[in-house]
Amino acid sequence: MAHTLSTLAYLVASILFILALKGLSHPRTSRRGNIMGMVGMAIAIVATLAQPGMRVGGIGLIIAGLAIGGTIGAVVANRIQMTALPQLVAAFHSLVGLAAVFVAAAALYAPTSFGIGTPGNIHAQSLVEMSLGLAIGAVTFSGSVIAFAKLAGRMSGAPILFKGQHPLNAALGVVLVLLIATFVATGGPAWLFWIIAILSFALGFLLIIPIGGADMPVVVSMLNSYSGWAAAGIGFTIGNLLLIVTGALVGASGAILSYIMCKGMNRSILNVLLGGFGADAGGAASAGAGAGGPARPVKSGSPEDAAYIMKNAGKVIIVPGYGMAVAQAQQVVREMADLLKKEGATVEYAIHPVAGRMPGHMNVLLAEANVPYDDVHELEEINPEFAEADVAYVIGANDVTNPAAKTDKSSAIYGMPILEVERAKTVFFVKRGMASGYAGVENELFFRDNTMMLFGDAKKVTQQIVQALQK
Amino acid sequence: MRAQAMAERAMAMALEARAAAGEALPGIEAHAAAAEPFLLLFTIFVLACFVGYHVVWSVTPALHSPLMGVTNAISSVIVVGAMLATGLGESWIAQAFGFLAVTLAAVNIFGGFLVTRRMLAMFQRKG
Repeated sequence: MAHTLSTLAYLVASILFILALKGLSHPRTSRRGNIMGMVGMAIAIVATLAQPGMRVGGIGLIIAGLAIGGTIGAVVANRIQMTALPQLVAAFHSLVGLAAVFVAAAALYAPTSFGIGTPGNIHAQSLVEMSLGLAIGAVTFSGSVIAFAKLAGRMSGAPILFKGQHPLNAALGVVLVLLIATFVATGGPAWLFWIIAILSFALGFLLIIPIGGADMPVVVSMLNSYSGWAAAGIGFTIGNLLLIVTGALVGASGAILSYIMCKGMNRSILNVLLGGFGADAGGAASAGAGAGGPARPVKSGSPEDAAYIMKNAGKVIIVPGYGMAVAQAQQVVREMADLLKKEGATVEYAIHPVAGRMPGHMNVLLAEANVPYDDVHELEEINPEFAEADVAYVIGANDVTNPAAKTDKSSAIYGMPILEVERAKTVFFVKRGMASGYAGVENELFFRDNTMMLFGDAKKVTQQIVQALQK
Repeated sequence: MRAQAMAERAMAMALEARAAAGEALPGIEAHAAAAEPFLLLFTIFVLACFVGYHVVWSVTPALHSPLMGVTNAISSVIVVGAMLATGLGESWIAQAFGFLAVTLAAVNIFGGFLVTRRMLAMFQRKG
């Protein structure tokens, strides 16, 4: 009876989780969706606490764990700056991965708790599921730790490459499969469990180090997906439907996000995962410059010039990129937009799918700065409008505006969908210097007649424009 | 306490008996008993993947960051497994791992939902 009740409670929680995701189809319904997710989680926790056989001491430990973890989580969530979201999400993924490893270990040492056998005599099928949950969880953990370190600037975002990297990873993968087979065949000895754990940690580490900073949207999405598959793997191990359903939902979500990100760059997931993107091209480009190729002329202007032109513009499209996040310029960009609107201009924002360091990163930053949701547009929606725009204001974006992606077949970014800012009457390009973007490709746009470079820090330049507009 | 100990022994004996039966009757019954629950779980898993696929495609791209926040929070439902290991207390090692996993998952549950709430509140103001 009690078991039936908890199974029903888990079903209700699964449905609430699905509704939580469904709520995100529009900002209006999204908050209600998030609340449904919280209610679902609360139901799952209470139903589990009410399971028959729970001991008082154990319940005390659970509540202590929930209180400690919950406090840490709440404090972090309330203090984190929105520009630091990508690394926060990566850190959270690592915790799911590690939790999966620990639950797998708990199932190994106390199989009777989950009805999968007795210590030293666990069903073979459960051992398969356990080792899969363990391996995916461990890869998620160490991979996310590296992603976190790269995103938070604790280690260089540059790809780390060495000879024999891919053969090594492949060999490690094969060894892992063999070890899992041995683990199952020998009845699940604990020492082998921990060797699988350690090798999986190493694999996660090695898989992520060759991937560069700007490919992190794909990595974060992919680790999101992995954390779901790890939860599902543990769900199979302990025969829990809620874990299986939720794991599948999260796994699918992360996979779709990875797909969208890859499509936004016109690259295959394999190409991203093999890593090293931009490393070779960057070397070649700087070598070319060092060889003394003639410097091509660019037009550069002052913030006052830009303010003058924008003041007389009828339509301005702002194109934000990662540089805006780094400079924390979203607030002042919105101030500029407000002033332009007062002058009678229409102002819109164009967001490339891979702008920033995680899916939807720019949208959150603009929302933080109080930019109206309806002013923010996706690539397909806004591209036809550039031709009618008087000004395109590119702030902290580079590769995603490079027309070479459409014309130059030899370019590393050929085929990538771009924001067609070059079709605007005037393009302002806010940039620190003439360095290439992440792909290591020089941007054709810099040398166009209708482009004016505004050299300097994104926030300072925009502030100066705001001051000039106020005069 | 004694009743519980007896119940545990009975459980262990039942499991042994089942294992013995499995050895005695290789093939039919033991095999069916193991395979069916798995197939059922696997069916549900595949169906849930489809549900996830369709629901996530309907999410507006502007809310992809909150989507990661929510999925991160709900994937911490792994806390259920951690709670069982801690609460049933079959072995102290399992309890220790369970407790650690409960704590880690709780960071995610609270952190994930709350950071999502913060993000969504920003979209709400001018939405």
